[in-house]
Amino acid sequence: MIQFLQQLGATTVNRVAAVGRAGQLLSQSLIAKPAPMMMLPLLVRQLYFIGVLSLVIIIVSGLFIGMVLGLQGYTILVDYGSEQAVGQMVALSLVRELAPVVTALLFAGRAGSAVTAEIGLMKATEQLASYEMIGVDPMRRIIAPRLWAGFISMPLLSMIFAIVGIWGGSLVAVDWLGIFSGSFWANMQASVSFSEDVLNGVIKSLVFGFVIIWIAVFQGNDCVPTSEGISQATTRTVVYSSLAILGLDFILTAMMFGDF
Amino acid sequence: MRIRALEISVGALILAGMLAMVALAINVSGLNLSQKSGGYSVYARFDNIGGLTERAKVSMSGVQIGQVTAIRIDRKRLMAEVEMQIFDDVDYLSIDSSAQILTAGLLGEKYIGITPGFEDDLLENGMTIEDTQSALVLEEIVGKFLFNKVSE
Repeated sequence: MIQFLQQLGATTVNRVAAVGRAGQLLSQSLIAKPAPMMMLPLLVRQLYFIGVLSLVIIIVSGLFIGMVLGLQGYTILVDYGSEQAVGQMVALSLVRELAPVVTALLFAGRAGSAVTAEIGLMKATEQLASYEMIGVDPMRRIIAPRLWAGFISMPLLSMIFAIVGIWGGSLVAVDWLGIFSGSFWANMQASVSFSEDVLNGVIKSLVFGFVIIWIAVFQGNDCVPTSEGISQATTRTVVYSSLAILGLDFILTAMMFGDF
Repeated sequence: MRIRALEISVGALILAGMLAMVALAINVSGLNLSQKSGGYSVYARFDNIGGLTERAKVSMSGVQIGQVTAIRIDRKRLMAEVEMQIFDDVDYLSIDSSAQILTAGLLGEKYIGITPGFEDDLLENGMTIEDTQSALVLEEIVGKFLFNKVSE
């Protein structure tokens, strides 16, 4: 009994301490003296690794999800004789939900895990410590560019996902199933509102990008510096970010579209 | 050279993201920056508005000429009073125009259809359309139908 209590207490203390360390990491790397001139090349490099290299998986999955949505929406809506509404269904579900959430899940698997593994290995091979030895702050040199790159590239990727998905939906609905393209686009434009749907999707993807990259960077920086520790940290990054995305998505949706 | 290619690809990513945003704004959400917002207010009273909502469109011959801005109960007559904003360039509605609550398609949205009248005097800001026809409520139609059947 006592042992159970002790375990419970130890776990709680560890968790709270981890949250504190994560906050400390964030504030140290973001609020620390900014040096934009030094940071820009590093940021571009990270944007390439985090953003550009994720582009292929985002475009391919966006295309297929849009096509599946078009096909499924058509088979359901054709029963009610309102198959023209498939454009509005595809666009609304992509812009509001699927683009931010699926992009975030893919982003966590593709970029988040890579960042964790990279920083974890740097820690295990004592590169982070050597940076400190030669007087370079690893927070600013290693952590901050990655944080910013994730924060910047996530909304861009999500927008690309949405537009490719809508294009895929129109490919199936208009070019294959023969819905009149005028009613497809007109229905979509009539029902999707820029400020309520598109901007809320952007806000969602900004929040998700921030959370994913924060978790990834923290897990990498906080891992046990062994090969086993790195593998555990990578797994934790993917699991925690996925859970955080899905939980936050519900909260954000309730706040944006819940009407209270 | 390696760095250059890398920077170009990052630039392409950012450009593609921006373009996607613009395409979403214009092509998908139909954002219209030159949106007509001004207009004059016209009122109409209905027995039953049956699911009409604010921001529903007001149209004439199927062309949008305004939108519903407010819906409330007229306390004196105990009827629904709908306030509509008609675009400024629609300055040819005569005072005996009639307003009707219609449905777009079988399951579509409710909107107000205006049928123009013949008088020379025109509707101005704050005036009321007297000739109105309420929304068709399915239960009432079914009720009437049953009642007629029984009385036959």
